[in-house]
Amino acid sequence: MTKEKWQPRPSLPSPNFGTGVVGWSRKNLFSTPWNSLLTLLGVAILAISIPPFIQWAILQANWLGDSREVCDAAAAKGSAGACWVFINVRKDVFLYGFYPELERWRVNYTFLLLAFSLLPLLLPNWFKRLQNQFALGIAAILCAFIIFGVKAAVFTGAYLFLPIIMARLVVQNIGGLGNGNGRFNTLLRLGLTVAVGLVAYYFVFALVDPNGALPIAMAVAVIALFLLFMGKLDIAIWRWIFLFTVFPVVAFFMLSGDVFGLPLVETHYWGGLFLSLVVSGTGLGTALPIGILLALGRRSELPVIRVVCVTFIEFIRGVPLVSVLFLASVMFPLFLPDNFSIDKLLRALVGIAFFYAAYMAEVIRGGLQAIPKGQYEAAEALGWTYWKMMGLIILPQTLRVVIPGLSNNFLSLLKDTTLVAVIGLLDLLGIAKAAMADTEWLGFTKEAYIFAGIVFWILCFAMSRYFVYLEKKYHMNYQ
Amino acid sequence: MYEQKSTLLNDARVRGWIAQALVLIILLGLSCYGIYNVGQNLQKSGITTGFGFLSEPSGFDISQTLIPYSSKSSYLDALKVGVLNTLLVSVFGIIASTMLGFFLGVIRLSPNWLVAKMAGAYTEMIRNVPLLLQILFWYLAILAPLPGPKAALNFQDVIFLCNRGMQIPKPIWGPGCEVVLASLIVAVLVSIGLIIWAGKRQRMTGKRFPAFWVSLILVVSVPFTVLAVTGFPVGWDVPALRGFNFRGGVTILPELIALWLSLTLYSATFIGEYVRAGIMAVDKGQREAAQALGYRPWLMYRMVIIPQAMRVVTPPLIGQHLTLIKNSSLAVVIGYPDLVHVFAGTALNQSGQAVEIICITIAVYLTISLVISAFMNWYNNKYALRGL
Repeated sequence: MTKEKWQPRPSLPSPNFGTGVVGWSRKNLFSTPWNSLLTLLGVAILAISIPPFIQWAILQANWLGDSREVCDAAAAKGSAGACWVFINVRKDVFLYGFYPELERWRVNYTFLLLAFSLLPLLLPNWFKRLQNQFALGIAAILCAFIIFGVKAAVFTGAYLFLPIIMARLVVQNIGGLGNGNGRFNTLLRLGLTVAVGLVAYYFVFALVDPNGALPIAMAVAVIALFLLFMGKLDIAIWRWIFLFTVFPVVAFFMLSGDVFGLPLVETHYWGGLFLSLVVSGTGLGTALPIGILLALGRRSELPVIRVVCVTFIEFIRGVPLVSVLFLASVMFPLFLPDNFSIDKLLRALVGIAFFYAAYMAEVIRGGLQAIPKGQYEAAEALGWTYWKMMGLIILPQTLRVVIPGLSNNFLSLLKDTTLVAVIGLLDLLGIAKAAMADTEWLGFTKEAYIFAGIVFWILCFAMSRYFVYLEKKYHMNYQ
Repeated sequence: MYEQKSTLLNDARVRGWIAQALVLIILLGLSCYGIYNVGQNLQKSGITTGFGFLSEPSGFDISQTLIPYSSKSSYLDALKVGVLNTLLVSVFGIIASTMLGFFLGVIRLSPNWLVAKMAGAYTEMIRNVPLLLQILFWYLAILAPLPGPKAALNFQDVIFLCNRGMQIPKPIWGPGCEVVLASLIVAVLVSIGLIIWAGKRQRMTGKRFPAFWVSLILVVSVPFTVLAVTGFPVGWDVPALRGFNFRGGVTILPELIALWLSLTLYSATFIGEYVRAGIMAVDKGQREAAQALGYRPWLMYRMVIIPQAMRVVTPPLIGQHLTLIKNSSLAVVIGYPDLVHVFAGTALNQSGQAVEIICITIAVYLTISLVISAFMNWYNNKYALRGL
């Protein structure tokens, strides 16, 4: 009896239709007859729509030149492509509106300052190390020096390093002034705040410029208030405080002028992408804090405050933004005394801020409801006051939970800033329309709107990606 | 030793009352001051307050009216025309965007890679561009450059598309058409009854009845049969080019087309995302159970997945419909005669009654919103899962 040794057969190579391009498309494109049909339909739609668009927008388009003759000549020769010359020639108007040409550096400088102050806040992980922060500061100063000169460099340096200096030196040494909670200490700190504000007011009024005195004094007083009441603060928090107190004042004076020797540029000259960014930036910056207050008010135990907040939120959410803007532009002036007028842009900003505040309030309310009751009870057990509990325990958790909802609201706010065109402000869309009405450039509607569309798309898409990043980052913390 | 200073200011309740009193006083003060200023300002410009102007003749024409209207009609009629036009574009927009949105949501989850990616690209492209820009794009860049009436795009000599809008035939109802209408109503009622009965029977016995197809056939065939029996009492008023413009038929304004198209395409991307989220929220086991029972994909979606997904989808879906109604107010930028354009625009400029007109406009939108929210609350209470 021969004993046969069992031997495994060598395994066969996998069938060649299971892998590679063929296998992939069998699996993902042609798995069933129905799917094959869908695929063919999709390919047909792509084939019909994409090549003509590429032909129009890129291959046959006119890019170079400085007048419409270039495009007309090309069109006469039968190549009916897009006329990007139009955008190229008018790009300054698309960016700045009718802001005087000589003063446009002010817009650039303000946005440079904003970019450099925001970067470490938007990407905190990257800028956790002090060296990186300093590198950013130096880069900003260099930028300011190269583009705008010595004065701008000095100011940028002071502006960017002030929060760090404050946090490192001032707060850690005198911020804890009167850490005991006696009433005398409170009064002392309040008194100091008022005194600092008054000194700033008289100093600016007498020595620098009477017009800028009040806002500057208020900003100084707010900073003093934070300085004196908050104990030891993180640099990041200082940056946020700076961004919401000092930066708006700086930006306002830079853009509108009339102080420090800068000529006045009235808001009806503002326009284009610049105005869109101003409206959306202020909208984002103001709607969130107001929304938080409204959400807290809606959940408050005080009946009057609750009723006021609920009424406001429900009222605003029931009407379109267009009618709120009409309300702000047509009806609001009627409620003011005769000799008192508020800038049209400011009225639109107030309308947008309150409109979106109501939506954000509902999102935040959802988040507040999602925080376990134990968190509230723990804070109360520690004997914390309402604002301390909210500010340090509840709201930080809430804001993390509601990131998706907030991102939706922020995106629609960004898109809805185009509605200011309805009340006659020339944002990017309004400027596009105005540019099309120019007799020299009639008939380039598609180009103007596609350009504006691409700009908005980039802004919105970048923002949505940033929120996805935030969401991932904070969900990591939870797990 | 535990020691507490109990002054009035340390008492949370007292502080609460003080805060509330302060808020009330500030609000009352501001509103009194505002109302006083309104009175002063109106007196100065010589405008009489009150709603008396509503019965006065408006003195302007409107390009699209669903009810009889002329420049001699009152402001109240103008208001009605505006509301109806808003509702018209909203209803059509809601129907179309819901259908397109469900389609997008389902095919984004399709196993077909190409189709799913195309739906995703469409969504990302459309929803990141402002709606106002899309409306203007359709209106000014696509519809306005269409040829004039003489060179209109012609579809079988029945439908024409030119820069003045779309011309479609208008039915003229002859004698006997009431019977057709009645038969249609009966067919619809019978179908509704059939669907309810089929649902009940399925719950009781598990036997399925193709109620959807049967009612579709009913609704189509019954009126058509009656139409044939009564000898086609319907004539068509077909648009035809006379002189410089079309006569006869119905003209659909380019403003309406642009607004409807952009509202639909834009809203559908959001609805698609809600539907996708809803379908993904249905437990995987439900899908597997349906497959184990031998359900085909279509039946699985219709009987198992979609009904459960609807619980998640409905609240944001209705919210999106509300948004669409509010967004229809963007009509004002292209001049479609909706409520805001007719009433808060033209009528306000004509009469100068800013306070009353803005208040009425806002009241109309608030009413629509509140009615829809009430419906949503009712729906949620009826269909939400309980006892979890």
